[in-house]
Amino acid sequence: MALITYREAIKQALDEEIQRDENVCIMGEEVAQYNGAYKVTEGLWEKHGDKRVIDTPISEAAFSGLAIGASMLGVRPVIEMMFMSFSYVAIDQLFNNASFCRYMSGGLMNVPIVVRGPANGGTNVGATHSHTPENMVANHPGLKVVCPSNAYDAKGLMKAAIRDNDPVFVMENTLLYGEKWEVPEEEYIVELGVANILKEGTDMTIISHGRCAMLSLQAAKTLEEKHGISVEVVDLRSIRPLDEETILNSVKKTGRALLVEENKPYCGVDAQISHIIQLKAFDYLDGPIHRVSAIDAPQIYAKPLEDWQIPNEERIITGALKCLS
Amino acid sequence: MATPKKKSASTTKKATAKITDFAAAPINKSLSKEEKIDLYRTIIGIRRFEERSLRAYNQGKIGGFLHLYIGQEAVASGIVSLMEENDHIITAYRDHGHALAVGMSMNECMAEMFGKHTGCSKGKGGSMHFFAPDKNYWGGHGIVAGQTPLGAGLAFALKYKGLKGCAIAFLGDGAVNQGSFMETLNLVSLWGIPVVFVIENNGYSMGTSLKRSSAKENLAHRADGFDMAWEVCNGHDVFEVREVANRAMKRAREEHKPFLLEIQTYRYRGHSVADANHEKYRTKEEIEEYKRTKDPVNVIKQQLLDDGTLTEALAKKIDQEKKDEAEASAKFAEESPYAPRSEIQTDVYWEVDNDTDNKLKGTYFFND
Ligand SMILES: Cc1ncc(C[n+]2csc(CCOP(=O)(O)OP(=O)(O)O)c2C)c(N)n1
Ligand SMILES: [Mg+2]
Repeated sequence: MALITYREAIKQALDEEIQRDENVCIMGEEVAQYNGAYKVTEGLWEKHGDKRVIDTPISEAAFSGLAIGASMLGVRPVIEMMFMSFSYVAIDQLFNNASFCRYMSGGLMNVPIVVRGPANGGTNVGATHSHTPENMVANHPGLKVVCPSNAYDAKGLMKAAIRDNDPVFVMENTLLYGEKWEVPEEEYIVELGVANILKEGTDMTIISHGRCAMLSLQAAKTLEEKHGISVEVVDLRSIRPLDEETILNSVKKTGRALLVEENKPYCGVDAQISHIIQLKAFDYLDGPIHRVSAIDAPQIYAKPLEDWQIPNEERIITGALKCLS
Repeated sequence: MATPKKKSASTTKKATAKITDFAAAPINKSLSKEEKIDLYRTIIGIRRFEERSLRAYNQGKIGGFLHLYIGQEAVASGIVSLMEENDHIITAYRDHGHALAVGMSMNECMAEMFGKHTGCSKGKGGSMHFFAPDKNYWGGHGIVAGQTPLGAGLAFALKYKGLKGCAIAFLGDGAVNQGSFMETLNLVSLWGIPVVFVIENNGYSMGTSLKRSSAKENLAHRADGFDMAWEVCNGHDVFEVREVANRAMKRAREEHKPFLLEIQTYRYRGHSVADANHEKYRTKEEIEEYKRTKDPVNVIKQQLLDDGTLTEALAKKIDQEKKDEAEASAKFAEESPYAPRSEIQTDVYWEVDNDTDNKLKGTYFFND
């Protein structure tokens, strides 16, 4: 095991996949010569050259569509959105073309691309740069989406995404890039559609994804120490496909569910999770399902207010106590 | 930096008499002494304000991004000085210069960057999102080129309402490669919309030089493809900016014709303050050379000293006033409160904010 950053883990995944498969290439703004706006691709251009690591103009719609087209002939592009927020100018390519080409051709083609980049708030940059669109992606059958919460998952999910034959969005997080976790030296994959139980518990289940899963884990420890509550924490890892079994087994065991995500609440990922739980584990519930999401407004700029707007440990603990009462 | 090329499309050729002494052009000659001093005041004010904001950023008082306009001041100052009653402007995230030029106060701008309730957007927008509709300034936009169709819309509204005016939409040299901008160029030419697009070509989009981002280095030339007039000029001399922009704006106002103006300029700092390695993609010499020969503050100061408008003593006094004003704005920002948490959910919907008699139907917000 090596202690490496989330950023380094993603870079390793990209590096290894570029070496494994000559069809894998990386494209995006500043990914090559500048080493990436967040240095995720640092050194890759120097190592692999112009053909494999490609700087683009600020033309997300064009390079997204180009990646989709290239994938039809067997290239496997990984495109970086400097911020996932910027994918919004490419939504037609991503939500119409990447997602539906296979369907509309009656299965004659597939689109093996990866769309990756940070999708998070909490960085004091205002509403246009703080989107968490995993719910929007998941709302488009044909697309897949994962939200790694730690370095181990980031590397394993990235490799799985690149090898996947469908379009996969990998939602990263700028606040995690510098955080470190243990990652094995030998090769591994984290399959899509498999959730991870971060912590076992018996009184209630917190279901979360992305950085919020880490905050939930922290909150769970505090709840245990300060309130004597045993909390199980499920990290979804993959939003679509979704590991329903792990969710349901945990809720059936604890009888209570708190759903935590950085999405805005309306039509957020957790709205769907909540539906699944009430439909398939209704009789096991000892109380209503609760949610902690971003406060329902565009992302505010002011730092102390934004830190309150997105879920934080204090808000998760309050939510958990309500859920138990 | 590409060397400035002066070229013009056939559509504008006649209007472009070759002028080298821009201060002598009628639009500049008609300026009173006080107006010229005001131009200097604006330019140096932007410089001093941003230098102070940089210090605040480095002290951790300002977070997020800080895109400094230092080096480009004469562009916004020159163009804003030409604005008439019904003219409107809009720009991208490098928006402090335009804000101060239209007359926003240093206090409200600095406080916004500090995220304070006294900021121009109550701390909701930040550095990239300054707005002052009362001064015909429509932002401050964070998504590259996202403001360009909005600029077209401002101009459309002017024409629609029968007002004589134009809209000016600023964008960067990297922004020209967004689809929305190219779609907009066609639309405004097709419909005869009185908008002037000003490409502030500072040679770089983040770490990418113009050469590496655009297939053809002359960006304004793209207008030809849409049968639209265009011109390229320098941005360090405020009088040149005024002379060229004036023609474009006049034409837009009077003939309802769009214009694509490319202004060669330069940013001294990194793309944002976080871009600490900007000397990796350009040389120190390149930056120093521009500062030495084309610094917009020095250029106007020298011109006004030469023509007797300014004295060294007056120049120094104005400079000191602007430094003091910037310093005071930092103090104001520091001492201002943040908005209360309840403000997170205001200003989302007009109807909700104005629902004084509780008549609205339906649920608007969805937290547990
Ligand atoms: C659609 C979109 N893509 C990427 C970005 C990130 N970004 C912000 S500014 C910028 C460079 C823009 O350069 P340019 O248009 O030349 O303007 P300048 O910064 O030089 O003023 C990039 C890539 C963004 N804000 N929006
Ligand atoms: Mg630029």
